[in-house]
Amino acid sequence: MTAHQVTTAMARVAGEASLPSAWRVGLARVGIELRAFFREKQAVAFVFSLPAVLLILLGSIFRGQVAGHGVSVGELFAAGLIGGGIMSTSFQYLGISIATERDQGLLKRLRGTPMPGAAYFIGKTGLVLISMVAETAILIVVGMLVDHLRLPATPGRWWTFGWVFVLGAVACTLLGIAASSVPRSARSATAVITLPFVVLQFISGVYVPFTLVPPWLRDIGSIFPLKWICQGLRSVFLPARAAALEPAGSWEHGRIALVLTAWIAAGLVLCLTTFRWQRRRDG
Amino acid sequence: MTQGLALPPGPETVVQAEGLRKWYGDVAAVVGIDLDIRRGEVFALLGPNGAGKTTTVEILEGYRRRDGGTVAVLGRDPASGGRPWRARIGIVLQQASEAEATELTVREMVRHFACFYPRPRDPDEVIELVGLTAKARNRIHQLSGGQVRRLDVALGIVGGPELLFLDEPTTGFDPEARRNFWDLIRAMQSGGTTILLTTHYLDEAEALADRVAVISGGQIVATGAPASLGGRATATATVRWQDGDGPGQVRTDSPTRVIGELAERYGGEVPGLTVTRPTLEDVYLELIGGQR
Repeated sequence: MTAHQVTTAMARVAGEASLPSAWRVGLARVGIELRAFFREKQAVAFVFSLPAVLLILLGSIFRGQVAGHGVSVGELFAAGLIGGGIMSTSFQYLGISIATERDQGLLKRLRGTPMPGAAYFIGKTGLVLISMVAETAILIVVGMLVDHLRLPATPGRWWTFGWVFVLGAVACTLLGIAASSVPRSARSATAVITLPFVVLQFISGVYVPFTLVPPWLRDIGSIFPLKWICQGLRSVFLPARAAALEPAGSWEHGRIALVLTAWIAAGLVLCLTTFRWQRRRDG
Repeated sequence: MTQGLALPPGPETVVQAEGLRKWYGDVAAVVGIDLDIRRGEVFALLGPNGAGKTTTVEILEGYRRRDGGTVAVLGRDPASGGRPWRARIGIVLQQASEAEATELTVREMVRHFACFYPRPRDPDEVIELVGLTAKARNRIHQLSGGQVRRLDVALGIVGGPELLFLDEPTTGFDPEARRNFWDLIRAMQSGGTTILLTTHYLDEAEALADRVAVISGGQIVATGAPASLGGRATATATVRWQDGDGPGQVRTDSPTRVIGELAERYGGEVPGLTVTRPTLEDVYLELIGGQR
């Protein structure tokens, strides 16, 4: 090899090697997603205050009412709205924001660069995780102040909280990414994603205690992950005797884990088969 | 710039396409396009809307699958380009996405895109190059349409591409912005970048392109330097002048001889003398008219 060939070969190797890793680009995406998100001050205020306001309202309206077995209605709402918050910061946010970014051409533009596809999802997941933890913390604090919600008292309850949170978050994140392919335009995205999400909250025990939901709607709600997330959270935040209020008469931890895991598998398959970097009409 | 170091001792052909075909359902969008674009040239694809310009370019960029033909862009098939290949091209898509990431500043956006590449250009230098230095700290939603388009270009070139795709880059520009943009393209070219430009502005093609190809009905109907496209350089010229009785006009294949005779007749300056050949627009309209 001549010196020139060696230099060229080394440069070529360096060229391949120095492409930044997916993790490095992914962390840069997290940073840019956070900046863009938290600078939309009105949207941020809305996202974080809506469930808290609802919790305060519902807590005040049903103050002192007891669902049975010494469980206050306020506690039920607090646990339910934390579940709703997990799904809104993941499913609802991703469904709308990815649909919008696809329609506006950002995804297509990113796809035309050497950015690894995984980096985009790392960025979105990072933002979702941070806003979800913040939302959950806000709701727990509001719940403690308004509805006498108690923090989990035992390591066992914290463990349940941990796995319900993680499985629920992963399932709702994947479903949000999959759902982003449904709206046909940025303008329709909010309506297309929010309407089914609001309906789901009514039939999953977020806005209405699950025992008050008619059985046939309960059956529909039981298909989707939100009902199981809320049930898991009730087992974390409510007294043990409240299990008697569940339709099954118990917390059904095994079934919760099973349903959420199934949704994670289904969500992953949906994402892998339906995700598009371009608008439909862009072929 | 350091990008030259990483080049394989390259073929001079940067884009090569043979018999490119693309169907949308039953509609043929591209029916057998051949292209051969050389390193360092500015190549313009001209054609009316729906002629197949964007389809062709998006196949070369790796966005669309072709239905037939062979393509090599920087020595690779764009359909399986991969990250190292993407790092060597720059893409400015047809439509500016004005609403996107509006709360980020120009500088943040350009710096962010720079981090995708192994050897990016200096973001501030790129911002300077597209003339957005005064707006570098502004949020993107505060920019005008033309400024957003300049940002699009900045994002397309921040990776230091060897080959730059520009799909109708100046649509909606005012004349001054267009001129500034042309200067930018010329600067890119003198820096060694190969540029593939689509446009439906004929003056733009004439001002920038070393070679143009006219696409109509999914086919290339003429290729050549703008000045000689469609036999323009040798086409019949029209000599016009002002006589005492009114305007005079002669159509001729040898305008120089005609002017010599006129000069003799007037004993020097010929009043109101002009010589015209078909404009690029005349040639272009004839070319695409013949296809319809």
